[in-house]
Amino acid sequence: MTRKKPLGALLFFILPFGLLFAAFYLAPILYAIKQSLYKVERTGTFGPAREVFGGLDQYQRVFSDGPFWESIGRVLLFGVVQVPVMLGLALVLALLLDSGLVRGRRFFRLAFFVPYAVPGVVAAIMWGFLYSPNLSPFQSVTSAVDLLSADLVLWSMANVVTWVYVGYNMLIIYSSLLAIPQEVYEAAKLDGAGAFRTAWSIKIPLVMPAIVLTTVFSIIGTLQLLAEPAVFRTFSSAVSSTYTPNLTVYSTSSIPNFNLAAAFSVVLALATCLLSFAFLKVTQRGGEK
Amino acid sequence: MKNANRIAPMIVMGACTLYFLIPIWWLLVAATKSRAQFSSTDALWFADFALVDNLKELFAYGDGVFLRWMLNSVLYTGGAALLGTVLAAMCGYALAKYRFPGREAIFNVVLSGVLVPFTALALPLFLIFSQLNATNTFWSVFLPSLVNPFGVYLARIYATASVPDELLEAARLDGSGEVRTFFTVSTKLMFPALVTIFLFHFVAVWNNFLLPLIMLGNERLFPVTLGLYSWNTQVNQIPELRMLVLSGAFVSIIPLVIAFLLLQRFWRNGLGSGAIK
Repeated sequence: MTRKKPLGALLFFILPFGLLFAAFYLAPILYAIKQSLYKVERTGTFGPAREVFGGLDQYQRVFSDGPFWESIGRVLLFGVVQVPVMLGLALVLALLLDSGLVRGRRFFRLAFFVPYAVPGVVAAIMWGFLYSPNLSPFQSVTSAVDLLSADLVLWSMANVVTWVYVGYNMLIIYSSLLAIPQEVYEAAKLDGAGAFRTAWSIKIPLVMPAIVLTTVFSIIGTLQLLAEPAVFRTFSSAVSSTYTPNLTVYSTSSIPNFNLAAAFSVVLALATCLLSFAFLKVTQRGGEK
Repeated sequence: MKNANRIAPMIVMGACTLYFLIPIWWLLVAATKSRAQFSSTDALWFADFALVDNLKELFAYGDGVFLRWMLNSVLYTGGAALLGTVLAAMCGYALAKYRFPGREAIFNVVLSGVLVPFTALALPLFLIFSQLNATNTFWSVFLPSLVNPFGVYLARIYATASVPDELLEAARLDGSGEVRTFFTVSTKLMFPALVTIFLFHFVAVWNNFLLPLIMLGNERLFPVTLGLYSWNTQVNQIPELRMLVLSGAFVSIIPLVIAFLLLQRFWRNGLGSGAIK
């Protein structure tokens, strides 16, 4: 493409997305940062509110906010357990589908993928009913173990998220398994590798990029938990208004304290980017050795 | 020997099928039951078949607000995903097929947008829209939903892989303008990719709960997810809403299941090439 630059066409292609991206991605980020540096001051108790520059005051509040850090700890714990379980299951199912040991592949692929069509809020409502002691079809379970109690509700939510997303992640991994050229397998067969050995030494390394992709999305998803805890609040008193970081942002903004909520948002966005980025770096280094 | 090898995998597949489908089966059964029988009969099997009555009640409740929610969802998700896919494809295509100063810089900024959680944008978006007195409008949810940085990333990968430079040269020699070439030639080559981007985008908007929750106060503007959520929070005061939440939840997932069935083939192929690159 060394010919003359079709400037008009370029602008036509890039500007519509570019402008929207600037307006609804870049501007809000800058605006949140600006908001987080201000605070509301009143003259007297009932005097008119004024926004004044507060420097890092809001961040000081964020960093000394116990419940917020508890909620971060909670979603990290959630993610450390839920993400490997979900992706492990997705990987096993994808490998089984790809192994030729399973009949009815089309059916299973579809059956596992159906939950992904259920939006998070609706999935949480459904499972909320399934967990409820007097409404559940599994009353023998729910009357013995309170799945909505303070001890278990986090894992009950983990189950909802797993249920929704296993099929989606399985499909991403399965598609990249399908993209592996057959010659690779023939070589392995000649070397006498069995199904398990082939999966472990050939398939898994080759689908690593897909696994990394799904992991990054899962990390982002975990820190964004909102619909599930918001819905579970109506089923269980164990879920507080600051149960997850996003719920904290929402509750803070409806008090309303927008400046503090903006600071929460900024910290949360930074934490998410940092974690995703760190994960990418670590896995890339692992891949180079 | 061969059959013995198959038993364990089939057991795993069967167990997982039960895990994934029983909740949906339960929802289907629950949606067909009368209120009286919902808690008094076996939850996993049909009793009196009251589906039609339930649906009538669902669509009549609150001046037919549920139908409104479904239509809103179609507009928010279908409209935003369709338009958003076109915009992302155009941008990704330009980043793949033209060399110009700032190309990598633009791509990197867009790519870092992928890592920004959408929920971190919802609150500042609310503040910006409220300065413009535009919260609680259709546009306050629709416009931000158009932007899909991940779509640009995918479109760039696919355009690089599937649209050969020689073909563009040939089109130029034939006197086709750049824009016309894109819409008549390139989009055809990128079609499986566009379906993938569309579905990713569709599901992202469909699942975005925080933005409408923060932006909208008028329940006639709600998407169906927010509507069902708001009914569910009122179940304690208005118990008859419980059955409506269940039949509404069931109705709400039907369109997406159908869309997935229809688009499955494209979506699978496209995903594979995206993840491997």
